[in-house]
Amino acid sequence: MYVAVKGGERAIDNAHAWLAEERRGDTSIAEMSLAQIREQLKLAVNRVMAEGSLNDPDLAALAIKQSRGDLIEAIFLIRAYRTTLPRFGNSRPVETAEMACDRRISATFKDVPGGQVLGPTFDYTHRLLDFKLAAEGEVAEAPKAEPRREPTPHVTSFLRGEDIIQSEEASEATPKDITREPMSFPADRATRLQTLTRGDEGFVLGMAYSTQRGYARNHAFVGELRIGTVAVEMDIPELGFAIEIGEVELTECETVNQFKGSKTEPPQFTRGYGLVFGQSERKAISMALVDRALRWKELGEDNLGAAAQDEEFVLSHCDNIQATGFLEHIKLPHYVDFQSELELVRKLRREAEAARAAAAQAREAAE
Amino acid sequence: MSQTDIYSGGFADPAVAAAHGFRAAMDVMARPGERREITGGIAPEGLSPAAASLILTLCDPETGVYLAADVDSDALRGWITFHTGAPLVSADKADFAVGGWAALMPIDQYRIGTTEYPDRSATLVVELTEFAAPNATLTGPGIKDTARMYLPDLALLQRNSMLYPLGVDLFFTSGSEVAALPRSTQITAEG
Amino acid sequence: MTQEISPEARKAWMSLLATAPEARLAALFDTLDQTPDHETLRAPEVGGVMVRGRAGGTGAPFNLGEMTVTRCTLKLASGAVGHGYVQGRSKGQAERAAKLDAMMQTEAAAEVEAKVLSPLRADREAERTARAAKAAATKVDFFTMVRGED
Repeated sequence: MYVAVKGGERAIDNAHAWLAEERRGDTSIAEMSLAQIREQLKLAVNRVMAEGSLNDPDLAALAIKQSRGDLIEAIFLIRAYRTTLPRFGNSRPVETAEMACDRRISATFKDVPGGQVLGPTFDYTHRLLDFKLAAEGEVAEAPKAEPRREPTPHVTSFLRGEDIIQSEEASEATPKDITREPMSFPADRATRLQTLTRGDEGFVLGMAYSTQRGYARNHAFVGELRIGTVAVEMDIPELGFAIEIGEVELTECETVNQFKGSKTEPPQFTRGYGLVFGQSERKAISMALVDRALRWKELGEDNLGAAAQDEEFVLSHCDNIQATGFLEHIKLPHYVDFQSELELVRKLRREAEAARAAAAQAREAAE
Repeated sequence: MSQTDIYSGGFADPAVAAAHGFRAAMDVMARPGERREITGGIAPEGLSPAAASLILTLCDPETGVYLAADVDSDALRGWITFHTGAPLVSADKADFAVGGWAALMPIDQYRIGTTEYPDRSATLVVELTEFAAPNATLTGPGIKDTARMYLPDLALLQRNSMLYPLGVDLFFTSGSEVAALPRSTQITAEG
Repeated sequence: MTQEISPEARKAWMSLLATAPEARLAALFDTLDQTPDHETLRAPEVGGVMVRGRAGGTGAPFNLGEMTVTRCTLKLASGAVGHGYVQGRSKGQAERAAKLDAMMQTEAAAEVEAKVLSPLRADREAERTARAAKAAATKVDFFTMVRGED
C-alpha cells in the first residue's frame, strides 16, 4: 500500500541556504569571478563544455562555480541549460585541416610538414609541485618565433597516396543526433563518435586503457594530435550563403593502428578518431582508441568479447549524467518501496524459521 | 515585392503568442469540430492569419513543410524560412502540408506513420474560404455526444479515419479561426 | 538603395562581427558619428547550433556538440535589412552586429569599415599572429645523432 507523505520543505529551503553559504566559503577570502575560472581553470571549463556538449566558456565557468567544483554536477547543469535553447541549425562540418594549431605532434612520423609543435603542454614537466605558484606573481611572456600561417596538413594525408592506410571517404550524409532521437543498436559510427565525445573522460580513458592492456588490443600509435581553433560555418537560409558564426577550440587525435588484414580487408594501417571541444587531449586519445575498438565489425575483425568492443556496453554506460542520475536517485526517499521490501524479508524469514523448526521437529521425531 | 516582406509578420512577442497559438491548436485538436481564434502571424500573401499563426506556432528547423501549388510562392517560402527555419520539402516528406483542399490532394501522397511510430505522419493545414454550414456529424474522443462541422470530402476523410491509428490529422483555417479533425474522429454524413 | 553587395564581402564582415569580443565591439560601435534608428524584425534571441565534425577529419559528418549563438534581424528606415549572428549569448552584441550589417549596405559603409571592421580585422590578425608565433617557438628542432655504420 502506498502512503503519500508531505513535508521537508523547510528543511530543503534551509539546506539550500546553507549550501549557498558553504559554496561561498570563508567570506574574508575574495570571491572568485567567472572570468577567473574561465581563464585560470581552463581545462576544467573545457571538460565541462565537452561533456556538457555545449561550447560556451562563460556558462561552463558559471556551472563550475555553482557546483563548487564538482565537474559532473557542473556538466549536469550545462546539459539541463542546453535543452532550453532553440536549435538554430547545424554547422557545416568543421575543417580540422585548416586548424590554427597551438599544438601539433605526431608520435609516428618525425619529419612531418609543419613540424612537431609542442604547444602549452604538461608532457615534459617533472610533475613536481611548483611552490612558486603558491605565491602570487607575474608570469614572463612566452618566447616567440617566426609564425607559420599556412594550414598544417593532416599527417594521414601523406600516407593516403600509398593506399597503406584505410581512407575516410567524405560524404554529406546527415548524421543521426542522439539529442533528438534515442540511440538504437547497432549504432552507426556517427552515433558512436557523438556519444564518445560527450562521454565521461574517466570512463572512456578506462575503456581505452583496457584495449592497451590486451582486451581487444589494437596496437595504437598517435599518428597525430592537434589542438587549436577552427572556424564554425553555418548556412543562413535568409542569406542564401554560409557565414562564420564563431570559432571553437578543438583537440583532434588520429591513431594509426597495426592491422594484419581480415577476410574482407587487406593488410593496412587502420585508424581511430577522436575530436573533443577544448584542450582535452587525454580524452581525444582515449576516444580514438575506443572508436577503433568499436570498429571491429566493419573491419572484419573477430569479436574477442572485450568490453571495449561491445558498443551496447560502452555507449550505454559512458554518459556520466545518465549514470549519475540513476546512481544518485537511490539515495532519495524510497520509504514506501523499502517498507514493502522489509515486509517481504520479514515474511521470508518467518517462513524460513518455520521450515527450519519443522525440519528439526521431524528429525527429533525420527530419532 | 520589397525584400523586407518576408521579414515582417512574425509574432511580436514570440513566447506569449506561441503559447496562445499552441493553446488554440491543442484545444481544437482535443475537441474536434470546435473553432478557436488564432492570430498574431501575417504571412506575405495568400495565406490566412490563422494558417500563418499556426505555422509560426508549430514549425521549426526539424519539421518539413510542404506548400501546395495554390499557396506556394517565393515570398511565402522566404517568410517561413526566416521565421521558423523549417525546411521546405516535397509532399511525401512533409510533417506539415499547407494549402487549399483541391491543391493538397491526393491525400495518399502524405505520410500516415508506421505501426511502431504512428506519429511519423503529416498534419494538413487546409485553407477554407469560410467555415461553411456543417455537412458532417462527428463522434469519438474529445466529443461528448456529437459535434458538427463542414468537411470538404466526406468519403475521403472517412477512409482516413479507418486507417487509425495511422493516418493524417487536419487543421482547417479561415480568416483568424482554426478547427481540427484528428484521425481518431468518426465521421457521418448529414442529411 | 545602394550598389550590389557580393556575398563574399558580406560573409567576410558578418564573420568578423560574429567572433568580435563583446566589449571591443561595443567600444568601436560607440565611435561611430551616428547610428540610424531601426525597426526590429526579429528580436535578439539566444539559441544553439550543432557543431559537426567529420570522422577521421575527412569522412562522414557526425555531431560534435552545440555552441551558443545569438541572432537578430532589423531594418533601417532606408529599407536595408541587417542580420546579426554572433557567438555566445550577448543580445546587445547580436543587435550591434545586425545594425552594422545593415549600415554596410548604405552610404555609412565607409565609416563602418574604417571605424569598426578595420580595427577588428587588425585585432584578429594580431591575436592569431601572436599565438602562431608562440606555437612556432615550441617547434622541435631535431639534430641527427651519428649512427653506428662504420
